[in-house]
Amino acid sequence: MDAMYIKPFIASISNVFSTMMQLPVTVKEPFVKSAEGPSSDVSGIIGMSGDVMGSVVLSFSNATAENIVALFCGQKYDAGSPDFADAVGEIVNMVSGGAKALFKDRKVSISCPSVVLGTNHKLAKQTDVPTVVIPCATDCGTVNIEISIKDTRAAAIPAAAASAQA
Amino acid sequence: MRILLVDDSKTMRNIQKAVLAQLGHTDVLEACDGQDALSKAPAFKPELMLVDWNMPNMDGLTFVKTWRQNNKSTPIIMVTTEAEKSRVIEAIKAGVNNYVVKPFTPDLLSQRIQETLQRAGAQAAAQAAAQPQAAASVVR
Repeated sequence: MDAMYIKPFIASISNVFSTMMQLPVTVKEPFVKSAEGPSSDVSGIIGMSGDVMGSVVLSFSNATAENIVALFCGQKYDAGSPDFADAVGEIVNMVSGGAKALFKDRKVSISCPSVVLGTNHKLAKQTDVPTVVIPCATDCGTVNIEISIKDTRAAAIPAAAASAQA
Repeated sequence: MRILLVDDSKTMRNIQKAVLAQLGHTDVLEACDGQDALSKAPAFKPELMLVDWNMPNMDGLTFVKTWRQNNKSTPIIMVTTEAEKSRVIEAIKAGVNNYVVKPFTPDLLSQRIQETLQRAGAQAAAQAAAQPQAAASVVR
């Protein structure tokens, strides 16, 4: 995956966490997710469509998500509360929205967020797109940004060139 | 002042309500999407609306366009994650008076609310001042 799609997420999560929660983020080395993991307890998911297609997931442990949601909302919610899922959805919405605005010359729409709860769950994703995980360490625990997106415009250009040559 | 808050996230509505309360605005009605807002707004007669963009059932842009067909003067602030310049222009063309990109600080939202209300107040005063003059020229 092109770095032009990684950097916007790093900038966006740092901006969202510092603005809304006064929570500094330390970004660790990104890696490609293997089929085995890592798993998580809480996942906030946003779909992207348009010039860039795929999904973005913020994944947390229960304890980390509860701490971050408490800072975001100004009060503590347990993971079973509908307000907890709502807050996680809004956080992933802000991170994805902020990142897509930083994609150069790409028009992208984002979906309404979904939130999956369940101890050690795994999300099945498109197999033709690698998932890049960006670990983000905070005082509340580590949040992983999992990015599985492809540039549909870049894919269309060689195809168009080939058909023009034919 | 009657304020309609339109956002599908209860968390965001609560955050914005807290900022409004700090500014002394407590007459706030909440709507969870554009459709809900369209059903509530006519009876509530909002004097200010804060509207999210991405919502299920009816998005904020469609709501603003629909509302503006019959209500030209209600001040509307779009509060959204849509940060691209093209989106801001699209929203302004639809009839939005001001724009706040999420994430925001309470100070920024307060500032945008105050400047929007000031501008709306100045516009209303200008219109009120122009009306007697127009009426007088018709009589002459």
